[in-house]
Amino acid sequence: MAELNTGDGGGKKGGGKVRSKKSNPGVDLTAMVDLAFLLITFFILTTTLSKPQSMNLALPDEPKIDDPIPPETPAWRTLTIVLGSGDKVLWYSGRTDGPPLDGPVVSGYGKSGIRDLILSKKKGVDDRNKSLGEPDLEKVGITVILKPSEKSNYKNFVDILDEMAITGVKKYATVDITPADIKFLETNNIY
Amino acid sequence: MAKLKMSKKSTKVDMTAMCDMAFLLLSFFIMTATAKVPEALPVETPASTVQTKLPDENLGTLSIAKGKVFYGVTGRDIRSETLKRMGEKYKVPFSDADLTKFALIDGFGVDIRQMKQLIDMKNEERMKENVQPGIPYDSINNQLTDWIQISRNVTKELHEKDLDIAIKGDAKEEYPTVKKVLDILQKQSKNNFFLVTGLRSEDF
Repeated sequence: MAELNTGDGGGKKGGGKVRSKKSNPGVDLTAMVDLAFLLITFFILTTTLSKPQSMNLALPDEPKIDDPIPPETPAWRTLTIVLGSGDKVLWYSGRTDGPPLDGPVVSGYGKSGIRDLILSKKKGVDDRNKSLGEPDLEKVGITVILKPSEKSNYKNFVDILDEMAITGVKKYATVDITPADIKFLETNNIY
Repeated sequence: MAKLKMSKKSTKVDMTAMCDMAFLLLSFFIMTATAKVPEALPVETPASTVQTKLPDENLGTLSIAKGKVFYGVTGRDIRSETLKRMGEKYKVPFSDADLTKFALIDGFGVDIRQMKQLIDMKNEERMKENVQPGIPYDSINNQLTDWIQISRNVTKELHEKDLDIAIKGDAKEEYPTVKKVLDILQKQSKNNFFLVTGLRSEDF
């Protein structure tokens, strides 16, 4: 099947009987199938790639004047990450008005950078909460404070939010940078 | 012993069914594909592992790159109504022809006073680089706030839904610019939005 017969029996000239040609109605579809699959591949690739992905970001309400002061989180439950220049971050635990509990330490983004630290800090807070007998571990879990500096770019911001999603940190907040944080960045040469 | 005869079966396969299926799939993909529209402000988005799909309707997109901010909303009815109200607010009159033509523009980045010239431009001219300087969003002349606020009001009236906001920032954009845009949204109590990102695997 699948081919057109042309010039069948060319050698028998001058034969007596005139035979009707046994023409085959099938057409060779190979090229057509090739083309169709090529186009399918093209359309599959373009449609899935053009759909943009996105991530959700929720910010708190603008604070109002008569808002009640929120309860303070103990310093050991917090981790502050300051985004500096040159794709570097700086992290510390606790407050800036005295020496921090831990840090400040310069680190990078991603698997080889800050991820292990976030995971170990998270585990540390969870363990300490467990030993204190807290009923709801999620509610008193680690609070990460993100402080993007003016020298960081949008990619850094998305990267660190992504890191929150990967490490499963439920409580994080983006906060304006303070002069004390800038001083930390400056002494570590990433501002 | 009998001679072994080579069977004279043809090696050709019937491709009719395969061809049918291939074209069926092809027509499906062509019909579902959406044409990619050229953007006035080219933005290279950063990548993330989170995969939330963007909504298709009632979406306002803020593109941020090189310190410029562009804005665009989906839905033609919302677009023309928003422009009408912006014109009233800034005392710039727009004709009905302007409004219908504006409804076809996906994203723009000009001062409201230059909007008339932008609408009169041809499509190719409009897409050229540096034709559109970005929407003013500083504290003296904050048209971006009005654009967002008015398009949100219009969406609420026409479609009875709150407008979702997507932020499409360039990876190299400096944070202060992004922060300004976030502040504008936060001031309107729009605290929940989408950050448009590319896709990457989890061990980057």
